[in-house]
This record gives sequence, C-alpha cells and structure tokens, in this order.
Amino acid sequence: MTSQVDQSEAVDGSDGDGPAVPARPASGRTAKPIRRLDRVIIRFAGDSGDGMQLTGDRFTSETAAFGNDLSTLPNFPAEIRAPAGTLPGVSSFQLHFADHDILTPGDAPDVLVAMNPAALKANLPDLPAGAEVIVNTDEFTKRALAKVGYAADPLGDGSLEAFRVHPVPLTTLTLEALKDSGLARKDAERAKNMFALGLLSWMYHRPTHGTELFLRQKFAKKPEIAEANVAAFRAGWNFGETTEEFAVSYEVPPAELAPGTYRNISGNLALSYGLVAAGERSGLPVFLGSYPITPASDILHELSKHKNFGVRTFQAEDEIAGIGAALGAAFGGALGVTTTSGPGVALKSETIGLAVSLELPLLVVDIQRGGPSTGLPTKTEQADLLQAMFGRNGEAPVPVVAPATPAECFGAALDAARIALTYRTPVFLLSDGYLANGSEPWKLPEVGELPDLRVEFATEPNGPGGSFRPYQRDPRTLARPWAVPGTPGLEHRIGGIEKQDGTGNISYDPANHDFMVRTRQAKVDNIAVPDVEVDDPSGEARVLVVGWGSTYGPITAAVRRVRADGGHVAQAHLRHLNPFPANLGAVLERYERVIVPEMNLGQLALLLRARYLVDAQSYNQVRGLPFKAAQLADVLHAALGSLDAEETR
Amino acid sequence: MTDFPALRLVPKADGPQSAKDFKTDQEVRWCPGCGDYAILAAVQSFMPELGIRRENTVFVSGIGCSSRFPYYMNTYGMHSIHGRAPAIATGLAASRPDLSVWVVTGDGDALSIGGNHLIHALRRNVNLKILLFNNRIYGLTKGQYSPTSEVGKITKSTPMGSLDAPFNPLSLAIGAEASFVARTIDSDRQHLQSVLRAAAQHEGTALVEIYQNCNIFNDGAFEVLKEPGTRDEALIRLEHGQPVLAGAGHHVVRDPDGELRIAPRSEGTAIVHDAHAASPSTAFALTRLADADTLHHTPVGVLRDVSRPVYDTQLTEQLARAEERQGRGDLAALLAGSSTWTVGG
Repeated sequence: MTSQVDQSEAVDGSDGDGPAVPARPASGRTAKPIRRLDRVIIRFAGDSGDGMQLTGDRFTSETAAFGNDLSTLPNFPAEIRAPAGTLPGVSSFQLHFADHDILTPGDAPDVLVAMNPAALKANLPDLPAGAEVIVNTDEFTKRALAKVGYAADPLGDGSLEAFRVHPVPLTTLTLEALKDSGLARKDAERAKNMFALGLLSWMYHRPTHGTELFLRQKFAKKPEIAEANVAAFRAGWNFGETTEEFAVSYEVPPAELAPGTYRNISGNLALSYGLVAAGERSGLPVFLGSYPITPASDILHELSKHKNFGVRTFQAEDEIAGIGAALGAAFGGALGVTTTSGPGVALKSETIGLAVSLELPLLVVDIQRGGPSTGLPTKTEQADLLQAMFGRNGEAPVPVVAPATPAECFGAALDAARIALTYRTPVFLLSDGYLANGSEPWKLPEVGELPDLRVEFATEPNGPGGSFRPYQRDPRTLARPWAVPGTPGLEHRIGGIEKQDGTGNISYDPANHDFMVRTRQAKVDNIAVPDVEVDDPSGEARVLVVGWGSTYGPITAAVRRVRADGGHVAQAHLRHLNPFPANLGAVLERYERVIVPEMNLGQLALLLRARYLVDAQSYNQVRGLPFKAAQLADVLHAALGSLDAEETR
Repeated sequence: MTDFPALRLVPKADGPQSAKDFKTDQEVRWCPGCGDYAILAAVQSFMPELGIRRENTVFVSGIGCSSRFPYYMNTYGMHSIHGRAPAIATGLAASRPDLSVWVVTGDGDALSIGGNHLIHALRRNVNLKILLFNNRIYGLTKGQYSPTSEVGKITKSTPMGSLDAPFNPLSLAIGAEASFVARTIDSDRQHLQSVLRAAAQHEGTALVEIYQNCNIFNDGAFEVLKEPGTRDEALIRLEHGQPVLAGAGHHVVRDPDGELRIAPRSEGTAIVHDAHAASPSTAFALTRLADADTLHHTPVGVLRDVSRPVYDTQLTEQLARAEERQGRGDLAALLAGSSTWTVGG
C-alpha cells in the first residue's frame, strides 16, 4: 500500500500518478519495522497559541531538506490569541509530501496531531477512516471537553473507532523531559509542540539537524529556552523510538525532481524576491509604499530587510498613502510597488485611476482574502478579479497577472514589472492567501537568465522646436516617454484631468477624450502575453477545464485523476487575465464544454462568457479554503458523463 | 546670498534664473481677481533665489483651485487627486533626495479630504514644502463651506449657517509635530517671499499657510489684514528674537498662569519671539491669539522652526548603513537562502 490510509477509490487520493512502491525495509537505525510510502498528508492542529504554524514550518523545512516534493496549507484564525481551547481558536498546518511531483496540500490528512479537544473536534470531519490521530491526552480534561461541547471523552466512548488513535500525554512527557531545565512549568509546557515535532520527525525519518540549528538561532538571546526546545524535540524523537505505542515508522523517499538546486518557498516570499529581482534586473530602485494588512504584510516585512539592494519601504498612514507614495516614487523613476489585500484595493482605486491617467509604471499587489468588507482576513478567496478589472471610475483598464503556485509568484512579479515598465501602466498582481502562505520546492533560477527589464528614460525633447511632449507615444507599445525630474529640458506637468494627445496639456475636447480613452484601452489590449497552453495529451478531450490563480494545484490534480480513470479532459490555466492570451478564444471554441472552477461566484466565467460568447460553466466554492482534488474530479466526471448522456439520448 | 541647507543635495543651477524661466506657456485659468495670481507671481519670482536647477524642482498638488498651480510652473509637476498630494510628494521626496519638492494645496484639499496625509507628513518630517492656500471656502465646487470657514457660514450647502467648528490650521500643524509652521498673506509679496525663503531653508516638512482671497465665493475674508487702515492694528508680525507687538499700542505678554494675552504697551513686558524654542507651547499659544470673528491679532511670519530628524535623510542613511554592514545585495545569494538541496542531473 502506498498510503497510510486505505481508500476504496481506485485512485488513492494522491494528486500524483506515480506507481505504487512496494514496501522494503530501509537500512536500520531502529529495530522497529519501517514501511515505505509514496506520500503522506499530515495536519498539525492546536490552539492558536500552541505554535502549530511554527511546528508545521519546521516539519516542512525538514521535509524540503530531505528532498520530497511538498505542498502546504496553513490555516489559522484572524485573532492573534483567540480564547484558548475553543473551536474558533484552532490553528492548523497541513503538509503533503511525496516521492513524486504533487500539486496540492492534499484533500484529507493521513495523520492528525491534535493538541487539545478543540483541535480534534474541528478537524475530525476531514479525516478519512483509518487515519492516524495523535492526541495530547493531557488536554482532554472535563473542562476542556465541555468547552467544545463534548459530553463524553471521545478517547473513551468509542466514537473514534474508525481511526487509529495514539493517546500521548504530550504535556506530561515534555515537562518530564524538561524537569531539570530550571524553567518554570508554564515555560516548559510551551515546548510541547517541539515534542510533537520530534515524534513526527521520528515517525517519518526527517533530518533533525536543521530544526536544532533553527531553535538555537531563534532563541539565541535566551539560550535556556533554546536548549529546552531542543531537549523537548529530542525527547519526542526518543519517545517514538522507544514507546510501544508506535510500532512502525515510515519512509517517504526523495522525489525525482528536475536536476537543479532547490529551496522551499512560500508565495509571499517568492513574490518579495520577485520584486527585489525586478529592481535588480531593471536597474531601478524599488519603492514599496504599503499599509499593514493580512495576508500581505509579510511582503512589507520581507522587503524591509533588503535595504542593501536599494529597496525603500515606506509604511504609510493608510492604504491611499501607500499607493500614493509608490506613485510619487514612480514619477521620480523608481519601480513603485504597493502591496495589499481586497479592502486595501478598494481604498487605492482612485490612485490606480490616476496611475492609468498618468501612464506611469506601478505594481499593485493584491493578496486576495475572503470578502466582502473585512470578510475572512486569514482565509483564501479569488473574488477580487472583477475589482481588479473594473473597480475604478471611468474607462480605466489595468493589466492583471495571476500566479498559479507559490513558487510562480516569483516569476509573476517579474512579469508584472515587465508589463508595467514596458507599457507605462499600473499592473495588478493577483495572488491569494493560499499562495501567500502555502509553500513548495522551488528550483532556483539562474540570475543571469532572468528577464532583462532595463528601461530607457526620456532624455531628449521629442516635439517641435525642442519641446517635450509627454504623451507622444511609442507607436509599437503605445507607451509614453518616462521623463523623470532632474532631466533638463523635459520639464512637464501631468495630472488626472484629461490630457491632450501628445502635449499632455489639459484638454476638454470631446474628440480628444474619445481618442485618449480608446488609446489607453488599446495600449492594454495590445500588451504582449504568451499564448495559453492547453494540456490535452490524448487530443480526444471534449471537455476543457479553465482556471486561474491558486486553483491550479487542485484542478491539475483532478485532471490527473480523471485521466487515470480513462477520461479525456483538457486543461488550460490563465496567468494573464487582462489582456487574455490571444489564442484563448480559439482554444475555448475547440471544446464542447468549458468548466471554470473558481473560489468566487464565477468571475472569470463572467469575463469569458462576455468576451467570447462561450457557454462557460462555473463551479464555485467560497469556503475560505482551496478546492479539494476529489471534489473537482467529481465535477469533471460529471461533465464527461453529461456529454455522454446527451449523445445517447 | 541665502544658504539653503535643505537643498544641499539638489544640483545647483548653471547660471542665474529669472521669474520668466518659471512661467509656462499655459493660459492661467483662475478667476480674474483671484488671490492665486499674486501667489503664483510671488513664487515664480522667488524660485530663482534658490539657485537650483529648475529640472530638479517638482510641484505636486491635489484638487481644487489652488491645485492648478503646477500647470503654471515651468518645473516638473503633478496635478494629482483630491487630498493626496502630501502622500505622493512623500514618495517622491523619500526616493529622490536630489529634488526640491513643493506641495500646493488648499483648505479643503489639505484639511478635509487629505487631513490624514497632511498630519502624517508633518509628523514624519519629510523634506517637503507645503503651501496651503486658505480661502476658507470651497471654490472649485462653487461655494460650499470649508473646514476653515467660520461657524454660521451661509453657503449653498449651509443655507441656515454652518454648524461645525473650524480647524485652526496652524494649531493643527503644531499638534501634528510640525517642525516648521508659518503664515503669510497672498497680497504681501515681500512677506510671502520672506516666509518662502525660511521654509526653503528649513530641513524637513514646512507648512506655510497663505491667506488667499477668493473674490467670487468669499470675497474680503482677510480684508482687515490687508487694508492699510486696519492691517497694522490687526496683524502681529512675528520676527525671531524680536518683541511680539500687536499694533501701535499693544503687545503680547505672558500672564502668571502662562497664558498669552494682548495687553497695552504700558502693561508688562512683551514676550520675545523664539521660533526655535524646543517646546511648542508658546508657538501654539500664538496660533490661538487671533479673534475668530474679527481676525484681530492674527500672527503672521514664522511661528515655529525647529530642527528634527528628517525622514528621507534617515531613510537614505539606513540604506547606506545596510549596504555597509551586509555589502551590496547579491541576488543569487538572496534567492538561495540558507537551506537548499541539489537534485543531480
């Protein structure tokens, strides 16, 4: 068997299609049997104060260092410390790792680590029968059980019979391990997440050196805390090695990835690095104007660390000032960037319109989250597409770029910068909470092979009599010259009032306005974007599934499943939402049925229907969570089935 | 020649300039008789004094009558959106220390829709010179009351009189930790230019409130401060290091409780104006002297001019320090981070 979970499905729930690997004993560091698996999904769950995100991050780093392919899904409440022990306070981190190429954090965990009753109750519905559940029995007190509505202790009432439950007194064992540490009980208890990490690291043969190094660095100023965490971590490992509770451990061999040097990276980090790289490759100083907002703040934090790249970060007084400052810097010749989430985009709309009118390069990064209004700040959604497309007064077209995976955020940032700099326009970069916080292995690019983004500022007058015409366009790109202050002879004034073509002087002339509106639209419509690639290996598909953004993982996993079942389905994933790839209309026409899964109520489908008169069918979910591969596979199966049924009728 | 320490990073002009160099070919479109004309002329003839390259000067404005100003200055300029000029100018100044950046705004633009950006620019102390044209009315939208209009103002939007208490822009600025606060009047070119000079010398954000007449919707709002027959009694002309006098027969004294008061010259001793005082208390008290109804005892000149760290200077220093400590950024090293693994080919 290749999974710890027996599943009746023919396809094992893996989003990979790798062959089952027969069990073989691994060379022994332990007398216990070792079972070989091709993939595992683990979910760590506890109180938001239990350090579950850190635990997950560390397990991820160990797994990356080991060489597995992986995909992660952090899931946490917006409250920093929600009331302890309650269902809303549960924070979790899911990690899927495998010996083959995988695309999603997995539909259902094979292993759940539940630090308290709330964590068990909140996550139980996601567990398939046969899943392993490691529970911290110390927290299963009457009071804690009552807090989440357990009338009886689920560990004793038989309600968990479908699962393989490992009751472990994590707190007691941690305290025991640290009894000589000199730490107060409360401080020692806090290391129980590291005990759990140690146990899981033993179960899956993870390398431990990195975690010990990490702990000693993180707590460099409090060596006693560092050593306590290391001790708890080792105690967890040793517990696994010696206890009879865990009879076997598991081995997931490294994945066969394309040759190269890899690191693990989250979407927000990749996006931050993409911005730094865009600055380096364009030769322009990066200026980030931003206001803290979940889930985008990490980009502000990250870029503020890279001042030695000439990156300026400005924490503004509000969202409007954040983009205003970025636009002011762009006027001065910087690569202006603002980062935010949906509510912030709403506030920035007027300034984005000004940037459209000024025709200056500007990156607007929207890490989408659940909406409307404050919505679900820490949960994912992709419902800002229409806001990005149309959320401004007047005709104000803005290009839209959307990465499909965490690692792709790097290239998407470079691509957005290319468009902004080449066409002198604001550009939307639409990521989301899932991409932002999720992570995956990333093959490091060769810096010298990254796109050349160098720009030429205007240096010479371009009008009659040595005058400068700020709106005299490049006939190919329709971009206007970028003449930055400090350039003699090119002094000019621009603003949000309609401008006369060429001179840029204020103009209320009806024909000129009509011309300028159409020209700004044409400029965006003519932006060069690559054709969308269609994955249709059999060439026999009649159903096309079209996605954009972070749904790439689950859609692709679902497509693999359908194909493994003998179904023919074609897939296209859009990285450019405005303009659409030139071949998109022709691609859509080729298929009898077009399915568009989105984490919104059908925004891309609306655009496709409007633009191409195609009967695109939406499949929607707005639960603040990514799609599951199985769910989308069902949708695709149903589409194939309905086509067959129509034919037999 | 005046020294402008705030402009030390701005390239010097090759030769002498004249007011004409700063005029554009655009037809000025303010109403005939508007106070903005006088301010424009005063600024255009003042700029050559700075001795910096014209192309390194930028005027940024928001929306409103005053905000058309950049179109008439032959420098770089941006006519942006309502209230946002301080934010946009902050980004420009913070990324280009070689520029002299000016913001032109009005009472509605700076104190109503853009109030947040104004106070934060002031507290941050970015190297910006903010010219706030205060005519106590909305002109461009045709005559609604503004956040500096007197209570009870009858306008199109307040036919029974406005209800809300106005801002005192200079009190607000001092409360927002402004390092330079001054007031002048559109029609007094000499005084206006002396204040511009002091503002241009100041390192950090300078707020210059310019009383400006809107002859269409609020004509004569500041007449008492301009008329030869009344102005000498109504104005308190502040000069650093000089006694604070109020008209021919009065001066400003400090009462035992610390409050400032207008008193006959025979009574007590006039306070001596100290624009550089570390404490903002006296400057704040001066902003409160004027009678709200009659404008009598309105101080003009530089109320406060203190030295404080400048945001953009410090930002640039942080970049230099980071490079000194870590070396110039190496992109390949950044991307690789500390934990990589290699898959063989």
